[in-house]
Amino acid sequence: MKYLDEYRDPELARRLLDELHRTATRPWRLMEVCGGQTHTLVRQGIDELLPAGMRMIHGPGCPVCVTPLETLDRAMAIAARPGVILTSFGDMLRVPGSDTDLLALRARGADVRVVYTPMDAVRLAEEHPGRDVVFLAVGFETTAPANAMAVLHASRLGLRNFSVLVSHVLVPPAMTALLDSPECGVEAFLAAGHVCAVMGWTEYEPIVARHRVPVVVTGFEPLDLLEGILMATRQLEEGRAEVENQYARAVRRGGNGAARAAVARVFQVTDRSWRGIGDLPRSGLELRPEFAAFDAARRFDVDRLRPAEHPECVAGGILTGALLPTDCTAYGTRCTPRHPLGAPMVSAEGTCAAFHAAGRVAAGVTGVVGVGEGNGS
Amino acid sequence: MITECPVTRPEGERVLLGHGAGGRLTAELLEGTVLPAFGGRAGPLEDAALLPGSGDLVMTTDGFVVSPLFFPGGDIGSLAIHGTVNDLAMRGAEPLALSVALIVEEGLELGLLEAVLRSLGEAARGVGVPVITGDTKVVGRGAADRLFITTTGIGRRLPGLSPSAAGARPGDAVLLSGPIGLHGTAVLSTREGLGFEADIASDTRPLHRLVAALAPLGDRLRVLRDPTRGGLAAALNEVARDSGVVIDVDERAVPVPPPVAAACDLLGLDPLHVANEGCMTVFVAPDAADAALAALRSLPEGTGAVRVGDVLPADGHPGRVVLRTAVGARRVIDMPLGEQLPRIC
Repeated sequence: MKYLDEYRDPELARRLLDELHRTATRPWRLMEVCGGQTHTLVRQGIDELLPAGMRMIHGPGCPVCVTPLETLDRAMAIAARPGVILTSFGDMLRVPGSDTDLLALRARGADVRVVYTPMDAVRLAEEHPGRDVVFLAVGFETTAPANAMAVLHASRLGLRNFSVLVSHVLVPPAMTALLDSPECGVEAFLAAGHVCAVMGWTEYEPIVARHRVPVVVTGFEPLDLLEGILMATRQLEEGRAEVENQYARAVRRGGNGAARAAVARVFQVTDRSWRGIGDLPRSGLELRPEFAAFDAARRFDVDRLRPAEHPECVAGGILTGALLPTDCTAYGTRCTPRHPLGAPMVSAEGTCAAFHAAGRVAAGVTGVVGVGEGNGS
Repeated sequence: MITECPVTRPEGERVLLGHGAGGRLTAELLEGTVLPAFGGRAGPLEDAALLPGSGDLVMTTDGFVVSPLFFPGGDIGSLAIHGTVNDLAMRGAEPLALSVALIVEEGLELGLLEAVLRSLGEAARGVGVPVITGDTKVVGRGAADRLFITTTGIGRRLPGLSPSAAGARPGDAVLLSGPIGLHGTAVLSTREGLGFEADIASDTRPLHRLVAALAPLGDRLRVLRDPTRGGLAAALNEVARDSGVVIDVDERAVPVPPPVAAACDLLGLDPLHVANEGCMTVFVAPDAADAALAALRSLPEGTGAVRVGDVLPADGHPGRVVLRTAVGARRVIDMPLGEQLPRIC
């Protein structure tokens, strides 16, 4: 298939794997930050084909997973109000809050709708002037430009029945927090290609210089990931620490100027709590004061909710790469995609859900599956 | 007489949309709630059932609630005929007669209803099966989504054929009669206005002629299954479970049309989980694989037939479906859970 087959060619994959096996002399530990990359790695079984001992640590880059519980509880409190249409992307709907999730609320009569872009939510507000349309605006730098454009468009239209519940998070502060942690075992990063398509990679340069850790901007297809892993491994083997760009077909050093400008106009950097990780300074985006009229949290007065995380969920360990899903005592038994205890089991990009979908079970449990064939080198 | 206290379920347990999506939630609803009410019997859940005491007569019933009513490649009327004919065909039966029940929402444009029924009639004539009875109800605005159709079909099994979801045996070849993912992505794209409609049309069509072409295989034809709701992943998981075998599929052999692959990539959906209405999986004895492929390819609706995998012994893991990935690893294809939810980015 044009534009996709080129990045899924089995023969090229085999050659990259052989090259990786020839290159790696030590059991390096690489982190892919993005949940989409985790999904490809696990879905294709790439992480099972790596040289012996080499490990991919699955990072905190699933936007669904790191959205704080209090944001979800706020969204549900708003959705339960009469006259509200609550909108969000599909995979936010099954994330468990303190008590329930948005799909269950919908089954009880709340008007919860999946949208494909935030502009769909703006259109809904135009079509339903008597209703309050709220868009749950979460995600990394990737989704922030479109959400900013929606707010700008609603502002231009003078819509008074449109608001956003904002909980954006930023990648570089999370990487810095991980590297600052004494337990951090990450020796190189694969940076998320789509985040860099928006923001470029200049923000990674001081991180690389300070921590002497290679960063490779990487795409999402199997060959992208294999090449990104190979490039990072070469840097490690040669003692280099640079930002390299595997995803040159989509990413420039300065990112997308228009997208960055829209984000800067609507949002400002703020401290943010990450679900499972905790508070990270200057790691999120919030609406600038001039757009306060579009702030759903303020409009619906849901700032005082006290969320309660499920005590058994070890999402923090999963999201920082300290634990594998299969290390969790609830994984696959009390915590499944059917009954998730925490967010990493919900989204297709969540590490626990990716492991579960690939049939991986805890070591020692009968039926270890998803094991690759290895390439014999 | 009720012998147990009819305790209500804990607060919060309600039917979700995902309970109707053909995946694990649907199976839970059937096994936990629906089947017990009928004295749930053991054995595989087939697409159609043998009519008790009536020899080779087969019966099926199916509800159609698709939205929108018209989509690229088809509409709810033709779908209601094809879906029911295909359920009969998956048991090796030719259709004999159909009944059609309409539930119409107050306010539906009469012209639209006529268009749907015209299409339904044309589809029935195209298959060569008469609609011999039916029912029409009108419900108040808001009590239904424009138009629901329930179709019941009676068929007779072709001589020598007795395909069953429990019939797969180690060594069997797994064939697919055509590309996957077209119906689900066409309907989703039209309903949500995603803009893929120009490139993707539903594959809705009857499969009974393909089954008739396979009839000479007799009992070497083990399983027929059309991967509708829940997609190919659900269909293969059901066969693996009901036959107590492992099914091994080569990802590169599974035909996913480029526009479907692109749409699924953008939306974060898995083509293996997307619904189909015009293809089927065929499990045949190993020595019949070439003949089956030739028979399928001899008809227009089977020109894209391919062999996608093999049946392996259970080897301690009955019910497992394994995919050989493009880069040479293996992973388990699990039963989809419920609704397909587009991902965030």
